[in-house]
Amino acid sequence: MSDSVETTVAQTADALPPPPKQGAMATAWRELKKAPLSAKFGLLVIFGYVFIALFAPVLTPYGESEIVGPEFEPWGEQFILGTDNLGRDMLTRLLYGARNTIGIAFVTTCLAFLIGGVAGILAAALAGWVDQVFSRLVDVLMAIPALIFALLLLTIFGTSIPTLIVIIAVLDSTRVFRLARAVSLNVVVMDFVEAARLRGEGIGWITIREVLPNIMPPLVAEFGLRFCFVFLTIAALSFLGLGIQPPTADWGSMVRDNATLITYGDVTPLLPAGAIALLTVGVNFVVDWFLHKTSGLRDEQ
Amino acid sequence: MSNNSSGHSKGDLLLEMRDLRIEGQAEDEWHEIIKGIDIVLHRGEVLGLIGESGAGKSTAGLAAMGFARPGCRITGGSIVFDGIDLMAASENERRKLRGSRIAYVAQSAAASFNPAHKLIDQFAELPVNHGKSSREEAEADAKDLYKRLLLPDPDNIGYRYPHQVSGGQLQRAMTAMALACRPDLIIFDEPTTALDVTTQIEVLVTIRDIVNQFNTAAIYITHDLAVVAQMADRIMVLRYGELVEEADTDTMMADPKEDYTKTLWAVRTFKKQSTGTPTDSSPLIRVENVTAAYGPVPVLHDISFDIYSGQTVAVVGESGSGKSTAARVITGLLPPKKGRVLVHGEPLPGDYRKRTKNQLRHAQMIYQMADTAVNPRHRIRHIIGRPLSFYLGMKGKQLEDRIRELLSLIELEPDQFIDRLPSELSGGQKQRICIARALAAEPDFIICDEVTSALDQIVAEGILKLLDRLQRELNLAYMFITHDLATVRAIADEVVVMLQGRIVEQGPCAEMFTPPHHEYTDLLLSSVPEMDPGWLDGLMERRQKEGFMESTSTS
Repeated sequence: MSDSVETTVAQTADALPPPPKQGAMATAWRELKKAPLSAKFGLLVIFGYVFIALFAPVLTPYGESEIVGPEFEPWGEQFILGTDNLGRDMLTRLLYGARNTIGIAFVTTCLAFLIGGVAGILAAALAGWVDQVFSRLVDVLMAIPALIFALLLLTIFGTSIPTLIVIIAVLDSTRVFRLARAVSLNVVVMDFVEAARLRGEGIGWITIREVLPNIMPPLVAEFGLRFCFVFLTIAALSFLGLGIQPPTADWGSMVRDNATLITYGDVTPLLPAGAIALLTVGVNFVVDWFLHKTSGLRDEQ
Repeated sequence: MSNNSSGHSKGDLLLEMRDLRIEGQAEDEWHEIIKGIDIVLHRGEVLGLIGESGAGKSTAGLAAMGFARPGCRITGGSIVFDGIDLMAASENERRKLRGSRIAYVAQSAAASFNPAHKLIDQFAELPVNHGKSSREEAEADAKDLYKRLLLPDPDNIGYRYPHQVSGGQLQRAMTAMALACRPDLIIFDEPTTALDVTTQIEVLVTIRDIVNQFNTAAIYITHDLAVVAQMADRIMVLRYGELVEEADTDTMMADPKEDYTKTLWAVRTFKKQSTGTPTDSSPLIRVENVTAAYGPVPVLHDISFDIYSGQTVAVVGESGSGKSTAARVITGLLPPKKGRVLVHGEPLPGDYRKRTKNQLRHAQMIYQMADTAVNPRHRIRHIIGRPLSFYLGMKGKQLEDRIRELLSLIELEPDQFIDRLPSELSGGQKQRICIARALAAEPDFIICDEVTSALDQIVAEGILKLLDRLQRELNLAYMFITHDLATVRAIADEVVVMLQGRIVEQGPCAEMFTPPHHEYTDLLLSSVPEMDPGWLDGLMERRQKEGFMESTSTS
């Protein structure tokens, strides 16, 4: 690497211009303008969902589990997307579903990252038996199919929302652990970590101040992907009846409850499924763009 | 050959690059990095390209193959190789030339070989794919070339994997591979920079013999002037992508015209004022009969030496001699199996985790690669400030003032640098930040592990001068680990020579550089390239007489 783009002069004070002073907002806006169309689309979708989740009660005249008309009403003036198997407004349920499913998925993913991330960095930084214990434990957890294990645990501990969050978070944190440990291993061998150790810094400082900032990009990218998977898992569990419980609106159970309509050529039950798919695609577009930006890959010819 | 100053007329015109312009991409903008250079090369001629990093040497060298690295593009000029216009040729035609008629030897052979294939398989790939010879012929040729390149056991070494041979041998195997199709031109891109002085000699000698034997033209890229003086018929000095000066080697060495060239030539003249014999009666650091091992592998055998305050002890030896391990024992990263380390007569715990904050504070370390020694996500303020707040409990205004004071001390403008990230600094500036971080702890002892070997000579000299000034002002003791004897000569008071985990010789610097030496010290000393273009020939003659060559080529 004898030709890295740098100019070195003996008395180096004036070798480089001072870095341009810029706010984080301005930088973010500039990056956003340069983003590819797919990423812009993804961001639009995510912001749309967040908006709906936040303002669901304002956007619809009906309550979340309010029975407002006859069952299986077709699309029309009063009920834009018809009603479901109990006569609740489909559109209202769809909007509230965004709130419930996204909210729970977000909290679950955050928890999974907290558990997996901390354990992963600690395993890499401490090595030795700590690493062995954590890694083998994770191996065992990963050896059991996640969905079936989740079903098992949910039947044991009951299907309340907190248990749902904790169980999915623990199961998902195994993947986060693997990633965090792998990327941390590349960082903990760096001289600056050794310098920190020799300075006498504690493990907390090394984990949070030295290692974490350097593994953020892959973790953030993984966060997007994990969020999608958690989301799908919750939807799948709800579809199977062990996820979010009625009468709380949820996209997975909405598909199940109204599945019979498909037999009559009505696409309404597919709308919640479509909503899940759209969000998944959107998040993935954004994650792709982010990975591309942070990994330093360039578009060559 | 390099004594032959009539290099220009040696053969026909082989390569002609006129008004070469290349742009490189940085942060989505294109900058011109080669600004109109003419390079002309004749058959059998060796051209030396020298300059600091960033001067565009490698980029210009690669352009001779009609190749631009990813992120670079050739924007102007003409490249004609043996009558073929490489700019007009299709990518396919250029690819046929590469490897068969123009070959490239990269700086790091270890990174250029595929670790999953045997040496000879990689050798044979090129001639077989280009349809030059059959697999059997290629293997026979490989063995012949290995023999000529003085590789040990030439008949069988090809059946080893890259990790099974030493760095110097790998670099020679790489040269053999470049010769596989008997190219007309070989581009050597810093082929010996990553090697020890003793290994470097072997590679230099074989490269020169091969170039002579096959009448191959070569472009030799390096930042080491003494090396280029041995290798090249003609030298071009590059800076910022422009030609500074071009002349025959003898003319260039004897009478450089441009100021910049003169500063390059003058770089190795730095010499610190000798501090004389230590004034203290007791040593600051005493390493006492230390034996250390990585697992079952012994690395250090019964090492003892003293370091006095205000003094520099240089630890020299080739890679694998245990220099860095000695440093790891002192810092406590590797607890010794036997023996101990004393500071002011007090024994230190072997494991750094058992040492007190104050014990840790007194011994600081500066690393070889400044890039990895500072956290790329921390600002300079934070990097230098942390030891201050951690050890000395400084905060607020006092902390800020001290950071600025330290920045001034290492000759960086505080206002400009305090809020920068490491990525916004050059290599030399980063190394200065590492020095400031070490100083922030107010140590009385600093371990410098090859601190200048990743830097250009001009920048390295600046760092050495800075370290020397700081030593005088702050009465610091240094343990200076290096394999560069020019650095030792410049900065050391005491020298410890290590070989295979043992100390073979130690004593005051001046004594070490005057004979008689230990046999190994002599080998090390005589292997340091000198500026005299006839040095390599003279050395080889002497060594052949003394039967020395044998011991170097099989080591």
